[in-house]
Amino acid sequence: MSIRERLSGNEAIATAMRQIGPDVFAMFPITPSTEIPQYFAQYVADGKVDTEFICVESEHSSLSACLGAEAAGCRAVTATSSAGLSFMNEVLYVAASSRLPVVLAVACRALTGPININHDYSDSMAERDSGFIQIYAENNQEVYDNYLQAHRIAEHPDVRLPLMVCEDGFITSHAIENIELEEDEAVKKFVGEYHPENYLLKTENPLAVGPYGISAYYMEARVAQAHAMMNAKKVILDVAADFEKTFGRKYGLIEEYKMEDAELAMVIMGSSAGTAKAAIDELRKEGIKAGLVKVRVFRPFPGEEIAKAIENCKAVAVMDKSEGFSACGGPLYAETAGACFNMKKRPLMVDIVFGLGGRDFTVEAAKSVYGRLAKIAETGETGDIYTHMGQRER
Amino acid sequence: MENMIEIRWHGRGGQGAKTASQLLADAAFMSGKFVQSFPEYGPERSGAPITAYNRISDERCPVHSNIYDPDYVAVVDETLLESVDVTAGLSETGAIIINSSKDPEELKPLLKGYKGRVCTIDARAISIAYLGKYFPNTPMLAAVVEVSGCVDKEQFLKDMESSYRHKFAKKPQLVEGNLQCLRAAMKEVRG
Repeated sequence: MSIRERLSGNEAIATAMRQIGPDVFAMFPITPSTEIPQYFAQYVADGKVDTEFICVESEHSSLSACLGAEAAGCRAVTATSSAGLSFMNEVLYVAASSRLPVVLAVACRALTGPININHDYSDSMAERDSGFIQIYAENNQEVYDNYLQAHRIAEHPDVRLPLMVCEDGFITSHAIENIELEEDEAVKKFVGEYHPENYLLKTENPLAVGPYGISAYYMEARVAQAHAMMNAKKVILDVAADFEKTFGRKYGLIEEYKMEDAELAMVIMGSSAGTAKAAIDELRKEGIKAGLVKVRVFRPFPGEEIAKAIENCKAVAVMDKSEGFSACGGPLYAETAGACFNMKKRPLMVDIVFGLGGRDFTVEAAKSVYGRLAKIAETGETGDIYTHMGQRER
Repeated sequence: MENMIEIRWHGRGGQGAKTASQLLADAAFMSGKFVQSFPEYGPERSGAPITAYNRISDERCPVHSNIYDPDYVAVVDETLLESVDVTAGLSETGAIIINSSKDPEELKPLLKGYKGRVCTIDARAISIAYLGKYFPNTPMLAAVVEVSGCVDKEQFLKDMESSYRHKFAKKPQLVEGNLQCLRAAMKEVRG
């Protein structure tokens, strides 16, 4: 039986961690993820978990400690945000290429500068090539559910890659909303125990960690890693199917909202998708065929799935909540447009960079995007392809 | 969304406007509603103006933006009336509830011509009378429930009692004072 509760995204993640009971949690605090280790420290103090809770001196160290624990065959977790994730950068690549399935909770927050504590995806998007799987959530329920699925995806023998469970800083991490929690025992049973095929001190099948890869070997390792990321797509769907069977809530690589007959659509991520859904409901009452595709999994990128979902639309706006400084569009746009390029049918497409550093995204703003798309659909002209929304002129 | 109530809280960092919005969400949650309670942080320093929000509805609200056209506004610190546009976007069929020992009529000139209902609650006096210390949140919570009707009042008192019994399991003597504080605040809202 599900338990009716109300929790913030951070407490939902900490709760999932408590239910799973990882072997090691190496922590270093940073806003807005700090509450996750804070709640977890209470569980440790109350004897609710037997996790080795290590307070280290930096994010570089927290992920390094997780990496060491995983190499020893343990299940290891941590949490961070913003500059903390950037400081992990080097170790992210080591974890991924060492094929150590650390699960990292990220309360996504803008990167400096100017210094800002609020939400956008500049931190997680900067790590999109790190080799981590990335799963994003619209609200606290999805954060919790994604976390329950994370270890099984990351640890699957066909994958063995670290994974980021991303939530929107403050908007999700600090907002208290209703949530359905699952019983501790049911969670433990769903997630299962971790028995890696090999690890550092497993004498009958040891693991080499961090070896030098000369040119004769490096490329093989990288291709194997790329294949693991490709394999992750199927594993994510399999775990989601089992999750739905067990707990009743359905997940995919993407979520399509009112896309069956949509002419105008957004490709969007995270909490903004919820706000856009409310706009779509209003527009549908006026007879406007609006819809959206929410990208739940960004790594591996569900390019084919997105391209297929929007192929019959007339006009699409890709909504980027990070500025990639490519001077021709944000990362979500670049990948979405790339995925559509080889499709026989594809819509007119623009990129809109919005919501940087916590700039609010309202139902009215979402409706204005559909207004712009209607004009594009009507005239067949996209106008400027790469634009920003919501900023003051001066 | 139909039947949704939106509330905006104004306070100063450290005074507990965020906590008050969480307490209201708790009360509404216990009565079976869907809730949102979230803060908006500016610079992180004590005493700076902060805003917190509530959405209370019969089904899950997908919107995750701030609230610009609230049905109700609660002001935890009356000194904010001079520096913050607390009635911005406030529905004229709603109300503003201000923590103040003054009469609503005295504060109206500070409210930029707001034509809706203006209420005051002397949270300090009530809190000190029943709790012995200044905890503005408890009387503010009760006043907001009384004025907005966002939660059934009888149900609210029942739920709060069980919540206090749980919260103060090791200090049961605090339960009655908190309940009296809630009841007094509901009765003593002016305006």
